[in-house]
Amino acid sequence: MDYVKAFVVGGLICALIQILMDNTKLMPGRIMVLLVVTGSILGAIGIYQPFSDWAGAGATVPLLGFGNSLWKGVWKSMGEDGFLGIFKGGFTASAVGISGALIFGYLGSVIFKPKMKS
Amino acid sequence: MEINKKAYEAYVKEVTPVNKKWPNIVKAFLVGGIICTIGQFSTNMFMNGGLEKEAASAWTTLILIASSVILTGLNIYPKIVKFGGAGALVPITGFANSVVAPAVEFKSEGQIFGIGCKIFTIAGPVILYGILSSWILGVIAYVLKAFGIL
Amino acid sequence: MQLGKASIKFEEPPIIESMASIVGKKEGEGPLGKLFDMVEQDDMFGADTWEKAESALQKQTADLAIEKRDIRRKDIRYLFAGDLLGQLIATSFGTVDLEIPLFGLFGACSTMGEALNLGAMAVAGGFADKVMAMASSHFATAEKQFRFPLSYGNQRPFSSSWTVTGCGSVILGKNKNEGIAAISGITTGRMVDMGIKDSMNMGAAMAPSAFHTIQQNFEDFNVDESYYDKIITGDLGSVGRTILLDFMKNKGHNLESVHTDCGIEIFDSETQDTHNGGSGCGCAASTLCSYILPKVHSGEWKRVLFVPTGALLSTVSFNEGESIPGIAHGVVIEHIGN
Repeated sequence: MDYVKAFVVGGLICALIQILMDNTKLMPGRIMVLLVVTGSILGAIGIYQPFSDWAGAGATVPLLGFGNSLWKGVWKSMGEDGFLGIFKGGFTASAVGISGALIFGYLGSVIFKPKMKS
Repeated sequence: MEINKKAYEAYVKEVTPVNKKWPNIVKAFLVGGIICTIGQFSTNMFMNGGLEKEAASAWTTLILIASSVILTGLNIYPKIVKFGGAGALVPITGFANSVVAPAVEFKSEGQIFGIGCKIFTIAGPVILYGILSSWILGVIAYVLKAFGIL
Repeated sequence: MQLGKASIKFEEPPIIESMASIVGKKEGEGPLGKLFDMVEQDDMFGADTWEKAESALQKQTADLAIEKRDIRRKDIRYLFAGDLLGQLIATSFGTVDLEIPLFGLFGACSTMGEALNLGAMAVAGGFADKVMAMASSHFATAEKQFRFPLSYGNQRPFSSSWTVTGCGSVILGKNKNEGIAAISGITTGRMVDMGIKDSMNMGAAMAPSAFHTIQQNFEDFNVDESYYDKIITGDLGSVGRTILLDFMKNKGHNLESVHTDCGIEIFDSETQDTHNGGSGCGCAASTLCSYILPKVHSGEWKRVLFVPTGALLSTVSFNEGESIPGIAHGVVIEHIGN
């Protein structure tokens, strides 16, 4: 059941974004920004977390989930450190994703060579 | 020119062919669904191995990112995106692709201005606006809390 | 002789004495594959960066044109050349070893037309016995500069085109006996901006400029489409062709059978997944030197109007919300013995 939910929910989010892309000619970079910002807003108004608990990876793997975890981090640190926590939480919560992408990305640039598109 | 810009824009829209909508949507659904299912599979594996849910999904994130980096280096990920469109851009793997692709491409321009700067070409805005928006929301929440509304 | 607003008719037409074309692997697999002088299988052209690859491509093509004419580099008085990159780096680095006085040109994908316009004037005016006109583009350098890193995934819309990896070079002179074809006239284009902002639809950005230049050519020479066996635009692609034909029709000209486009000819859009067609300076230049000139030489086409088209896209102006203006330069190429 986990897998069915992840497949359907993840698939639906992607399909919706595809519709948005095809209809607006928005460049992928803008789409990614839009997703993360939307994710953190949905998190802040309390929608994304329950949805994510239900849908599992279908909700955490898309970038919306990245936005939600940014918000979660901010909220959690705010509880611990007050105002200063608002500055801490985002990077704390996204640390694994951002560090992972940067470190593996760098290693990738060491190993791989530019290739032609075919 | 006897035709004005507005009319020309409308005319161009008319004569420019557009991508077929439905096949693209179905493909995005399939590819996105599959990537998320792999994510679920990985999370379950880690949880079966005794990890907490948070830790399991953090490991999953790392695995997805690493796979995307390797597939990008082997020139396979661009093909997945070409086929699956948003299905491959929306998941965290698309974010990883956007980090490694410029790093590889601009390696020739050096460690600092090549890889160092260009690695953020596409990912930079995502990080900036993600952090900024969650900070703004945090400030709002803080104020609401202070007034006892939240 | 100056003609009309923007044209010149040469009393003694400069002669195209030599031509050379070198392209990349994908272009070699296209419909014109067998016509190019050389198809390089290595997209890096033996270099270690894409930019150096394009420079190597220019140098090889220039040398090949010189070799085919059986002359030496120093016999060329001026070089008119360009590419798509910022500060023309492919040209400036690619032509260092040639040691020929250089005019570096930027006309986006219309560069070959600009080079032929100026080169023909230099020869006809008596300022040079031999000049070379050359233009190149490389898929990877263009993609890197104008769009995304190559391994970044994206879906290209149907209106987008595929930058040709290729270079075309001709030597202009006065020797009729050794000639391939003659340049009997030119019509220099002006900037035309119809407000198109979609960088994935360059055909639409350039079509009005092609229309304008062709129309100007008809007016200045006092001719119509029947004067030419072919009217060949640079890289309008299928979208741009549709627009051009529509515009011409409104003016009472039917270009349906007389018009073709290098971008449409160079790739098979069905099997090569190039969508709207080929583009880039190298598209018009390499098609000219492999497909068009031989047909004019043999007399299959007696007179063609070659109109390379350029979209003056800059990432800076694009990000600042500006539109993409177009330019197109006309060159009248005739069979020798006309």
